Amino acid sequence: MDALDLARWQFGVTTVYHFLFVPLTIGLGVFVAGLQTAWHRTGKEHYLRLTKFFGKLFLINFAMGVVTGIVQEFQFGMNWSDYSIFVGDVFGAPLALEALLAFFLESTFLGLWIFGWDKLPKRIHLATIWAAVIGSNLSAYFILAANAWMKHPVGYEVVDGKARMTDLWAVLTNSAALAQVPHVVGAAFVVAGGFVLAVCGYHVLRERRADPDRTTPVRRGATDMWRTPMRAALVMTAIAGVVVAGSGDMSAKLLYEQQPMKLAAAEGLRHDTAGAPFSPVPGVEVPMLLSFLSTNDPNAVVQGTEDLQARFEKEFGPGDYRPNLPVVFWSFRVMITFGMATVALSVLGLWLTRKRRRDPRPPRELPAWLARACVLALPLPTIAMISGWLLSEIGRQPWTVQGELLTAASVSPGVSLTEVAVSLAVFTALYGALALAEAVLIVRHVKTGPEPAAPRPLTPPSRDDEDSAARLQPTLMY
Amino acid sequence: MELTTFWFAVIAFLWTGYFVLEGFDFGVGLLAPALSRNEAERKQVLGTIGPVWDGNEVWLITAVGAMFAAFPAWYAGLLSEFYLPVTLVLVGLIVRGIGLEWRGKVHHSSDRAWCDLGILVGSALPAFLWGAVFADLLHDSAIAALVGGVFSLSLCVLHGAVFVALKTSGPVRARARRTAMVTSAVALPAAVVALSNIPAAGTAVADWAAAPWLWACALTAMAALAAGIALTWRGRDGWAFTATASSIALGSVALFGALWPAPLPGLTVAEAASGPYTLGMLTWIGLIALPFVLGYQAWSYWVFRKRLVAEVS
Repeated sequence: MDALDLARWQFGVTTVYHFLFVPLTIGLGVFVAGLQTAWHRTGKEHYLRLTKFFGKLFLINFAMGVVTGIVQEFQFGMNWSDYSIFVGDVFGAPLALEALLAFFLESTFLGLWIFGWDKLPKRIHLATIWAAVIGSNLSAYFILAANAWMKHPVGYEVVDGKARMTDLWAVLTNSAALAQVPHVVGAAFVVAGGFVLAVCGYHVLRERRADPDRTTPVRRGATDMWRTPMRAALVMTAIAGVVVAGSGDMSAKLLYEQQPMKLAAAEGLRHDTAGAPFSPVPGVEVPMLLSFLSTNDPNAVVQGTEDLQARFEKEFGPGDYRPNLPVVFWSFRVMITFGMATVALSVLGLWLTRKRRRDPRPPRELPAWLARACVLALPLPTIAMISGWLLSEIGRQPWTVQGELLTAASVSPGVSLTEVAVSLAVFTALYGALALAEAVLIVRHVKTGPEPAAPRPLTPPSRDDEDSAARLQPTLMY
Repeated sequence: MELTTFWFAVIAFLWTGYFVLEGFDFGVGLLAPALSRNEAERKQVLGTIGPVWDGNEVWLITAVGAMFAAFPAWYAGLLSEFYLPVTLVLVGLIVRGIGLEWRGKVHHSSDRAWCDLGILVGSALPAFLWGAVFADLLHDSAIAALVGGVFSLSLCVLHGAVFVALKTSGPVRARARRTAMVTSAVALPAAVVALSNIPAAGTAVADWAAAPWLWACALTAMAALAAGIALTWRGRDGWAFTATASSIALGSVALFGALWPAPLPGLTVAEAASGPYTLGMLTWIGLIALPFVLGYQAWSYWVFRKRLVAEVS
């Protein structure tokens, strides 16, 4: 175990952890903005209650995304100073642009949204949440463009042992980025959709338990309240699922050209094969499917890990150029299975709750078993998302910048094993405690549910005497 | 002015903005327990930074991102050199941000106490450590680092107290003004020691007499701090805040002036800089975007311009 191993673990731990929160920020933010827009347009009070309810969940999660994101920007310089010096000219630009163009927008307008409920005109206040979520999505684009450059470096030349940018436009329109952005952002909407479905499923089940015959009109209305966000989340998840699948297919074809080793590792293909089969699980093979998926030509030759290894040794000198094969192989399958399962759930939900045409009966309700499935499926899209990142980043090894810079040559030379061990231990312990706290906080707020509708609904319920001063904060967001 | 110099100035500007803006955020976080006697007052104090602290923190993110893009070797050298202090700064920023965001969302007063602890510790760590890191960078001595840390910590407390006085009314405002006066007993001597050492450490000119403008900045920074204290005593909150903000800004300008042209020992900005293409592209985008950023951030301060009162029902 040396500083390099620990630095890699630290990057893995902090980045995976950061990405537990990012997708929800991206997707749920847009969802909340949509709810507030619905309130603005229709004036229906339950949309406002839902905006505030999901808005609060959004903010609890947003805080975690922000604070864990700061670590990301610093640790390139802390643990990977040789990498930073090599790539800064190219890789630093999207990071600087992300801060200037996206983070300022996101943080400033979110502050205005949280505290501006009674200070801004309604229309302007609605615009602030949209500005904030545009910031979030823009930041995803810039950071993914930077990440894509590591896998498929473009628009640069190497001068005096450092990468020098020659074409910013090429970096920002990197084919690897254009495939990756819809894939990751789409997946973020699947995660957010799955989250909203789990919350709605929980409340639908709870209300049915409280009133099994669904006779009281109040209860009736309450159940209806969950129908809109549930249907919206089902639509969002299904559409995002199509985007994820399409861009995933695009990514596979790019891997064939840009990162053949990752493709071979994901498929467990050892030797160059014409008409390569696809094996969903070891032992089962669909003939020629892999060649077709990666090139649209069922007879194309797909390179295998062992043959690629021999070619890389010839090109770059002795060394092992294969990533951790079992991890890459299995993370690929987990990603597809869990991601598809979530999307399938949403399509099924859409069908079962479809509207009745020319039929006076009340709309179809979510079956209890499906509501239960929505709650149980909560972790699936997040696991799929994390598996996708493991596939993408472990599959890139042993390179930090494909074909240009090895991970082993990227680490900070002056940072000791002890220093990395200390920071790794500190971050892991702190993150563990915060994860637990966030889970408890989210569950509590989900259980509390939205503000009651009557009689004066929009003041926060008093939890204890001290909270009677909560009127100071005109909104319950803070 | 050629691009390398310009980008060094841009980065100095971003750090300066960060010190001025987060300076009072840290001060408010540190003073929240001392300035409030009950929950309503606590919310009043923290409410002064509630809508703006996250936007203020982005000045740091942008400063560091711009260093990464424009001077990769400076960025990498600074952060790997000061590895453990930077780790602690990050821990501070994490627990402070979580404390501020979650404080109003937890249900029990014991959970709120955890948030308050996070805000306190998370404000103290960066407020002390940034001063210590930059003083150590200038003077390469543990005593200088300690003085620098005490200076930045006490200046943040003073700046924060003046900000609370400006943004609140009632007993909290009176307490904030008193606290500012008490803090000045530490902040002013620390400022005199720390600031008067900056010009001499300048790598451009070892001879202090040859760096008149560094001396001008350092001395005006001290004068502005003294003026801020006097204005607080007179109850001129707005002018007092302008004075402490100017003091921090001038001190920061002196700091970066002393770091020019070698922001790290043995590394000049010319050696650390990215190529002219990257700097040129960033210049164009920055010049177009920055007015908008400054505009909407200023607007957010204008929206929340009213003094906050503690409401007890």
